[in-house]
Amino acid sequence: MPAAGVVTIAIIVLIVLALVYYLVATIFQLQRITAGLDDVIKSVGEIVEKSGPVNAVVDDINANLDAGVELLEGLLVKKAGMGDALGLVDGLYPGAAQAGFRAFPESREITPPRIAEVYTRGTLTLARLGREAPIATANPAGPVLRNIEYGSLNARLLYPEARQSRPERLERSPVIGTDAPVQYEPPEDPSRPRKRFRRS
Amino acid sequence: MTLWWIGNAVLLVVLVVVILLLSGVLKAATSIVPSIRAISDAASRGSKDLDATALLLTTQDQVRQTVAVVANYGGSLDVILDDAEER
Repeated sequence: MPAAGVVTIAIIVLIVLALVYYLVATIFQLQRITAGLDDVIKSVGEIVEKSGPVNAVVDDINANLDAGVELLEGLLVKKAGMGDALGLVDGLYPGAAQAGFRAFPESREITPPRIAEVYTRGTLTLARLGREAPIATANPAGPVLRNIEYGSLNARLLYPEARQSRPERLERSPVIGTDAPVQYEPPEDPSRPRKRFRRS
Repeated sequence: MTLWWIGNAVLLVVLVVVILLLSGVLKAATSIVPSIRAISDAASRGSKDLDATALLLTTQDQVRQTVAVVANYGGSLDVILDDAEER
């Protein structure tokens, strides 16, 4: 056999060997890829299965929370009025008035009163409770009353003086009962106050 | 004979080209495996993280109850407190 034939055969054998080596190695890698993709598909299937009902549940939660927010905003606006309601919310959560109330788009146009700057938080609590709140004794447009160090005293000073600095002069609450020092006669006329006499 | 040697030279070039091409394919296939493992791990962790989604049902129930209580409380406050226009 001539030398050229030997070289040809050798080259062909080398080509076949190269093909076998690289293709087998590639097949092994592709098998590993297939196994990995099987794991991925399994996990992704679990993710799809688990996250399937999430949208409906979250939508329901959001709907309930929206209803709660609208209810509370509506109640606050109804009881405090739009301006004061915005002022109260802005006092508790500074900057919240800019976003306004969801159910009241016009609330974004209103400049909230500086309630939190004029009144203490205790006063705001009383204001939120409604009656007997001294919130009307000062004007939000006036000077700031809030004092960080003596905030509670400022709040108390908004009440009548007799309640703050001279509580000892207040008349004591009446003691009632058969052994009470002051006995009250049965009223002759319900429209008039009862006569009282000291028991001897 | 000369043509034979020319053919051998061509075959040699073909051998080199085949090796280069198959080497590239093997390199690409090998580089995919770590990526697939990383994706598999991430998907597995994501699946485990989503195990807590069942608790959303509890949250949903709690939110419903809370909003119902708030509604009842608000209704009572609506009765107790005066409206802004009435004060």
